[in-house]
Amino acid sequence: MSSIPVNHPARTVEWHLPSKRRVGMTSLILGESAIFTIFVVAYVFYMGKSLTGPTPAQVLEVPTLATICLLSSSFTIWRAEKAIEDDRMGSFTVWLGATITLAAVFLANTALEWKKLIYHDGLTISTNLFGTTFYSLVGLHATHVVVGLFLLTSTFIFSLLGWVDSRQSERFGVIALYWHFVDAVWIVVFTVVYLIGR
Amino acid sequence: MSDYPLPVSHVVDPSTSASERSTLLEKLHGWVVTVDHKRLGILYILYSTFFLLVAGAEALMIRIQLAYPHAHVLSAQVYNRFFTMHGTTMVFLVGMPFLFGFANYIVPLQIGARDMAFPRLNAFSFWMTAFGGFLLYYSFLGGAGLYGVGNAPDVGWFAYAPLTSRSFSPGHATDYWALALIVSGFGTLGTAINIVATVISMRCKGMTLMRMPLFTWLLLVVSMLTLVTITPLTAAQFMLLIDRYLGGHFFDTQAGGSSLIWIHFFWIFGHPEVYVLVLPAFAIANEIIPVFCRKAIFGYPAMVTASVAIMFVSLSVWAHHMFTVGMTSVSNAFFTLSTMLVGVPTGIKIFNWIATLWGGRIRFTTPMLFCIGFLFQFLIAGLTGIMLSVSPWDWQLHNSYSVIAHFHYVLVGAIVFCIFAGIYYWYPKATGRLMNETLGKWHFWLFAIGFHITFDTMHFLGLLGMPRSIYTYQPDRGWNFLNLVVSVGGMIQGVAVLIFAYNFLVSYWRGEVASDDPWDAWTLEWTTSSPPPVYNFEEEPEVHSRRPLWDLKHPDDPDWDYES
Repeated sequence: MSSIPVNHPARTVEWHLPSKRRVGMTSLILGESAIFTIFVVAYVFYMGKSLTGPTPAQVLEVPTLATICLLSSSFTIWRAEKAIEDDRMGSFTVWLGATITLAAVFLANTALEWKKLIYHDGLTISTNLFGTTFYSLVGLHATHVVVGLFLLTSTFIFSLLGWVDSRQSERFGVIALYWHFVDAVWIVVFTVVYLIGR
Repeated sequence: MSDYPLPVSHVVDPSTSASERSTLLEKLHGWVVTVDHKRLGILYILYSTFFLLVAGAEALMIRIQLAYPHAHVLSAQVYNRFFTMHGTTMVFLVGMPFLFGFANYIVPLQIGARDMAFPRLNAFSFWMTAFGGFLLYYSFLGGAGLYGVGNAPDVGWFAYAPLTSRSFSPGHATDYWALALIVSGFGTLGTAINIVATVISMRCKGMTLMRMPLFTWLLLVVSMLTLVTITPLTAAQFMLLIDRYLGGHFFDTQAGGSSLIWIHFFWIFGHPEVYVLVLPAFAIANEIIPVFCRKAIFGYPAMVTASVAIMFVSLSVWAHHMFTVGMTSVSNAFFTLSTMLVGVPTGIKIFNWIATLWGGRIRFTTPMLFCIGFLFQFLIAGLTGIMLSVSPWDWQLHNSYSVIAHFHYVLVGAIVFCIFAGIYYWYPKATGRLMNETLGKWHFWLFAIGFHITFDTMHFLGLLGMPRSIYTYQPDRGWNFLNLVVSVGGMIQGVAVLIFAYNFLVSYWRGEVASDDPWDAWTLEWTTSSPPPVYNFEEEPEVHSRRPLWDLKHPDDPDWDYES
C-alpha cells in the first residue's frame, strides 16, 4: 500500500486554487438558473393565452413593499458578510437579524397576496393557464426564499448561541451568494410577472 | 490546495488484514455508509452494470417480438412498457451512472486529490440516483396504484404530451416515471456540482488547467453541461406533476396549453444529454488511445477547445428532433446549420485521434480494440447525424428505424464501446487484477459483429419505411428478413455481454495480479497502488507536465521541455 512519490524538488510552483465551497455554490446557482429559465419561458409563452379569467390585469397588484424588502436584504446580508469577515460579531448578528426580518416580510406579503387571489379572486393553480404558470413560478421562487430563510435563521440561532465567528466567514459567504441569487431571480420574476405580464 | 485540508475518508479499508475478521454484515454496512470516492465509483459501476443487463434483456425481448411478423411474444401494451423502460433505463440508469462512476473513481486520482470536494454530497448523490432507479422499476409492481395489477410507464422515453395526461395515462405508472427522473436528477445535479468543484479546487500542486489529463478536462466540461441540461428536465417533470396532481394546464390543450412546449422542454434537455453521454466516452478514448499507441495525444489544446466548443454548440441544436412538428423555415434552417456546426469540433477530435494513432506503436489489447471500434463507429454515427440534420432528409426518415439506427450507433457504437474500454483499462487499478484478455477479445469481436449485424441493417429497415415504436408488422411489407437479421445480431450482442459479465466477476478472484502500472501509462492514478489506499496518495503529488509519470520514468527527457 504505497504510492510512488511524484515531485521534483528542483522545480517549485506557486499554487493557489479557488474555494471549493464557492465553486460548488456557483455551480448550483447555474443549475438553478436553468430551472428558473424554463419556468419563466413557460410563463412568457402562456401570457395572455388563458381561455378564461381572471387575468393578471384584473387581479395582480404590484408588490412594491415586498420587492423593496427583498432587494434591500441583499444590502443587509452584504453588511453581515463584511461584519463576520472583520470578526465584529455583534454587528453581524444585527445585520443578519435585519436580513431575516426583511425576508419574512417578503414571505408574509406573498402569503397575503395568495390568500387574496385564492379567496377573493378565485384564482387557483387549476383555474386557468395564468393560475398554473403564476403559482408555479412565484411559488418556485418563494420556495427558494424559504430555503434561504431556513439557512439564515439557523445561522442566526447559532450566532446567538455564540457558535459563529470569523472562521465561518467563508461558509456564510456561500449562504450570502445563494441569497443574492434568490434576490436576482426576484428581479426577473417581478419584471416578467408584474411589469410585462400585467 | 485551498485553505482547507483535504477531506480524508475514515471508512475501514476492506483489503487491510483487520477487516478480514469483520463479518459480511459489517462489510456491507461499510459500503452503505461509505463516503470514499473510490467505493462510490465502484457502486455506481456495479449499479449501472446491473441495469445494463436489465435494459439489455428488455431490448432482447423487443427484438424477439419483432423478429417475425405477427408475433405474439409480447402484447402491444407490454411492448410499449418495454421500449419505454429500455430507453429510460439506458439513458438515466446506465449511461449517466456509468460515466459518473468513472468520474468518481478516476478524477480525484488523476488530479492527485485525496477525495472529491464534497464526499458526503457524493454519497447522497449516489443514493438518490440509486433510489430513482429502484423507484422506476417499482412501477412494475405499484404502477396501477391500489387497484389491480401494476404496470410500468408506457409513454416512450420522451413522454410526449398529451399522452402523459391523466386521461390518457391513468394509474401511477407515469408518476413513477416522472418522480424517478426528478429524484435521480437531483443525484445527477449533486454529482455534477461535486465534479466541477473537485476539478477546479482540488488539483494537486502544479496541475494547471492546461496540464490536466484530457479525461479530467472532459469530465469538467460534461459536468458543467450537466448543470444546465438535467435541470430543464427536472423543471418540465415538475410541470407534468403539477398537471397530473394539481390540475394545472401546462400541457393541457383543452385549456389553451401546448403539447409542443413539452417537446421543446424535453429536447432542450434531451439533446445536450447526448453530449453529456458521449463526451465522457471521448474522455475514456483520450486516455486509452495515447497509452496504447505509445505517443502523447496529438493536439491537446485543440482537443480541449473542441470539447468546450461542443458544450456551447450542443445547447442550441435541440429542435433538430422536431423538424416534423412544423416549425418555421427559419427555425428549420437554424437548427440544421447549428447541428452541422457541432460536427466541426467533433471532426477535429476524430482527426486528432487518427493523428495520435499515426506512426504509433499500437498494442492491440482489449481496451484499445474497443477504442478503435469506437473511432470507426462514431465516424459513421456522426456522418448519419449530419445527414439527418438536413431537415428535408429528416422529414423522410423521422421516427423511422434509420433514426433508431443512428442514435444506437452513437449510444452503443461509441458510448458503450468506450465504457467497455474504460472498464478493461481501469479494472486492474480498482481491483488489483487484470481482466482475462482472451475472454476480452471474444467479447470485443462478438459484440462488434453483433453490433454491425443489428444496427447496420436497421438503417435499411428505416429506408424501407419501418417506423419506430410499432409492436408488430404485416408480413407483406418486405421487412421480414431484415428484422430477423437485426434480432439475430441482438442475440449475438447479448452473448457477448454475458461473456463480459462472466469475465468481470471471475477476474475479481482469478484474474492475473496486476502491478500498480500494468499498461505503462502516464497519469497520476497509476502512481498509487492497485487498488489505491483509502487516502490515495501518501504525499501530495506535484506535477510539471501533462504526463507526470513519463517525467518520472524518463528524467533525462521530461515532457516539460516540450510543453510551453
